[in-house]
Amino acid sequence: MERDERPNTEDLLEAAQMEEEARHRGRLKIFFGYAAGVGKTYAMLEAARQRKNEGADVVVGYVETHGRKETEALLDGLEIIPRRRVPYRNVALEEMDLDAILERRPELVLVDELAHTNAPGSRHLKRYQDVEELLSAGIHVYTTLNVQHLESFNDVVAQITGIRVRETVPDRIFDKADEIELIDLPPEELLQRLKEGKVYIPEQAERAIRKFFRPGNLLALRELALRRTAQRVDRQMRAYMVTHGIPGPWPAAERVLVCLGPTPMAEQLVRTAHRLAAHLDAEWFALHVDTPADRERPPAEQDLVRRALRLAEELGGKAVTVPGLDVAAEIIHYAKAHNITKIVLGKSPGSRWREVLRTSIVDHILQHSDHVDVHIISARGDAFRRTRWRVGRTSGTLRGVLAGSALVAAVTVAGHLALGHIVPVNLVMFYLLAVVIAGLCWGQASAVVASLLGVLAFDYFFVPPRLSFGVSDAQYLITFAGLLTVALTVGSLTGRLREQVELARQRERENAMVYDLTRALVAAQTVDEIARIVVRELERSGWQAAVLLPDGGALRAVTASPGLHLDDKENAAANWTYRYGQPSGRGEKTLPGTRARYLPLRGGKGVLGTLAVAGVGEAEIQSPGHRRVLDALAAQVATAIERAQLAEEARRAQLASEAERLYAILLNSVSHDLRTPLATIIGALSALTRAKHTPADPEWSELLETAREEADRLNRLVGNLLDITRLQAGRPQLLLDWCDLEDVVSHALEQMTPYLKDRPVRVLSDAGLPLVRADQGLMTQVLINLLDNAAKYSPPGSPIEISLRKGNGEVHVQIADRGQGIPEQHRERVFEKFYRVEQPGSPPGTGLGLAICKTAVEAHGGHIWLEPRPRGGTVVTFSLPAARGKEVEQGDDTHGDSAG
Amino acid sequence: MTRTATQRGEDNRLARVLVVDDERPMRRLLRVVLAGEGYEVLEAEDASTAVRTAAADRPDAIILDLGLPDGDGIEVIERVREWSAVPIIVLSVRDQEREKIRALDAGADDYLTKPFGTGELLARLRAALRRIVRTADEPVVTLGDLAVDVVRRRVTVRGQEVHLTSTEYTLLKTLAVNAGKVMTHRQLLRAVWGPGYEDAVHLLRVNMSNLRRKIEPDPVKPCYLITEPGVGYRLREAPQTGQ
Repeated sequence: MERDERPNTEDLLEAAQMEEEARHRGRLKIFFGYAAGVGKTYAMLEAARQRKNEGADVVVGYVETHGRKETEALLDGLEIIPRRRVPYRNVALEEMDLDAILERRPELVLVDELAHTNAPGSRHLKRYQDVEELLSAGIHVYTTLNVQHLESFNDVVAQITGIRVRETVPDRIFDKADEIELIDLPPEELLQRLKEGKVYIPEQAERAIRKFFRPGNLLALRELALRRTAQRVDRQMRAYMVTHGIPGPWPAAERVLVCLGPTPMAEQLVRTAHRLAAHLDAEWFALHVDTPADRERPPAEQDLVRRALRLAEELGGKAVTVPGLDVAAEIIHYAKAHNITKIVLGKSPGSRWREVLRTSIVDHILQHSDHVDVHIISARGDAFRRTRWRVGRTSGTLRGVLAGSALVAAVTVAGHLALGHIVPVNLVMFYLLAVVIAGLCWGQASAVVASLLGVLAFDYFFVPPRLSFGVSDAQYLITFAGLLTVALTVGSLTGRLREQVELARQRERENAMVYDLTRALVAAQTVDEIARIVVRELERSGWQAAVLLPDGGALRAVTASPGLHLDDKENAAANWTYRYGQPSGRGEKTLPGTRARYLPLRGGKGVLGTLAVAGVGEAEIQSPGHRRVLDALAAQVATAIERAQLAEEARRAQLASEAERLYAILLNSVSHDLRTPLATIIGALSALTRAKHTPADPEWSELLETAREEADRLNRLVGNLLDITRLQAGRPQLLLDWCDLEDVVSHALEQMTPYLKDRPVRVLSDAGLPLVRADQGLMTQVLINLLDNAAKYSPPGSPIEISLRKGNGEVHVQIADRGQGIPEQHRERVFEKFYRVEQPGSPPGTGLGLAICKTAVEAHGGHIWLEPRPRGGTVVTFSLPAARGKEVEQGDDTHGDSAG
Repeated sequence: MTRTATQRGEDNRLARVLVVDDERPMRRLLRVVLAGEGYEVLEAEDASTAVRTAAADRPDAIILDLGLPDGDGIEVIERVREWSAVPIIVLSVRDQEREKIRALDAGADDYLTKPFGTGELLARLRAALRRIVRTADEPVVTLGDLAVDVVRRRVTVRGQEVHLTSTEYTLLKTLAVNAGKVMTHRQLLRAVWGPGYEDAVHLLRVNMSNLRRKIEPDPVKPCYLITEPGVGYRLREAPQTGQ
């Protein structure tokens, strides 16, 4: 056997992915036992109490004490989530309240009896699905499980105990659990406890259960439980070796394929394949070849295949349905295409008679399987209750047979009339024609009947002695043999042809639907348009549909058929599908009580939304063909939506870059055309103010000063407009560097000197203020704006305080004034562009200063906010992230090498 | 300030200033202001004329606009710097730090954004002209109360000797020799720490902060060591020490 030396990258990637997933998921611990009464619930409660004592937030989601005192005592002091009461027929059933637990969000929840089946009307069919939802919400779960409830042991347990367990849990749940604690108790002790009445037994099943608790059964179950646990430990060991690169005897990659037909042994085959695959640690597939004949089978038989495929999925296999005519050829083709190493086939005792007629599927596969091992499993007697088969087919076949017979009769009558004109042997041709027509129109059965009847009729009516089956001329025997052979061959061929045509038609109908949709979608530009087209196309098939896409966090129907009303229940299913990327609703396992079926629209980067389809007939909804079509449709829709979204993104990016370009042009022209004349004006005014020959007239110099101040104001306005444009045109380009905020403050103060002339300004600074990474020019601008505001909005002469504080990885800069303050309702909005608080006597301004500050501070990853100051005034604070990691070294030589 | 000393060029003629600007009103303003201060003014309205005039008439200083019709002012700086150390003061509407750094690193001596006060411009011009003289033969740079004795590596503030680390001293000396001129972060880092340290701005910030504590009367309102936000530092030539 070939062996891979090392784990490949895929293994490692998968391990990494699982680890990543596990980080967000809750952890599952299963208290695992071999029978009721071994003390699983007791052990679970004890562990939970310990966790609670350690400070964990533990609640009880659902625990069944069966009135046992010791167990009830353990519940004491644990928070219990009240159960949900579900009215069912005339009784009220109590179920775990999943939503209440999700709402409560404990750290750890206790959920007894993992294999429990929920009451009808619950969100999930099974409790383990509830548990999965809890885990994916990040809540840890403790639960209990008996070995006979494990799916893969279903058959084995049934064989050992004679009782078939209906409530099963897929093995993957067990295998994926983070921790398994085996609760073991020697069978003798368990029986002792049973005798003492310490084991709960429901009255109505007492006899069955007594039968169950036989020492032999218990021993066997105990062995199963121990073996299963050991197998898991072994797997964990291997997983550990894979992730840690420990070389080990990696078995060659085995791939097991099990082939399923509509027989009662399908489920048995799946379980066998699963055990084989688990033993080999192999990937495995369950394949059903969907032939036209299968579609004509009664629903009960079709159901066998569906159930088996579902079981395969639950057991961790990949369930595949391929359409085809030649079952064996399809199986071989699939096996070769997927590098299958082992094929599992079933041999049903009832099909022997067919093997005589044509090569059995098994033989065919054996002939062509080359290097693939083929395992043939025979049906267990008890499981093989043969359903009366082909019942549903009879009506169609019967019609064909009758029609074929009628055709033969017609040929006979016509031949009889024409007998005088043609030689009897030539009539053979007409009989052949009848067979061909029967085959073409009504299938193989009709052709076979027609050919047999044809030979008999020819013999009886036309071969001398006529009106008897006797043959006088032995020559005619050759004619019979020829006629029969040719008729059977032709009939069979045409019959097959017809089936093929039928199959092709069915495929074509499916393809046409997908094709029509694809073609219609090509022209669609926007997501809305796509949704409309999808719904319209599906309505053409007589269904109702809706496309649901996320809109601000919640799923919203973009378009829906008029008849499809999405109430809370429907929406819950749609949301569930969107969240988990799994189909739900009618015809699925999750939330089957809805009107519509919900399919995830899976794009390249995750689930884009949900497609809802309703109004599909009951028979169709269960058929694999229908599901296949829906999957294909959903894939098409998802692709189209993703394409439209990408196009939209590209368009937006283009618009943004266009806008950026426009801004840049505007920026340049404003800065040049406005600033240039302003520069000359201000320059000239400043020259005049200091000119020596200015008349000593105080009015004259006052006028000059006013002109100069107004020109400066105009300049600041232009500057502010430029700043806001620059900052908001796409990404502001920051010139990030190490900045000393004290330095920034002092520079800003210097710039503002003329405006702060008569004000006491105090600067308080924490010792060891860290440097910040910032655009120093921009930060200076921010401080200038804030100081300007403080000066403008507070009475002349009142003090201004600036403080620089460190802490919490940030540096806070506060500017406090003693102005009249800003009313609460304006405190957020003053940071908006052009927003001004209109108050009597407020000085003129543009309402840009704070908007610039906010944009600039936020571009640095900081925040800015306003607070009222105790005893009057306003405090503006902005925070900037402090420089991390780089503890700023003091001078590189501190030994005091002084100058001199 | 004694005017005659500053307005004389190397050969004791009137200092000659080349004004490069494409806007006629701006050239006219500068001509009036500079002539009023006793300078001889040359004018150029585009880059090629500027380079030609600079070569032919040997001005003592150039006042340069960056946005020129036939090219960028930076190119003028680069071409003039190929053969001349003439002081160049950039006078531009471009107020982005990036532009300032680009011009200063290309070799400009100073950078003033429009609109500007004429007083400020004249002060910078004087400083630029004086710098040529000083680098040659001034052993002690005196700026208000601050004196840096380059020969004896001694720094005094109001006569009191100040103890500096050697890094702080080198930093102060570099700024003192170029007093009045904006030194970019890169230029300072290269001069004090050497090549390879051009991006270690945090070293500069820390030493500058220490230096201020040692020589400034009020480190929060420095009067010697002036920050040019995002660009660099300048040692103010005529400090207002408030005394």
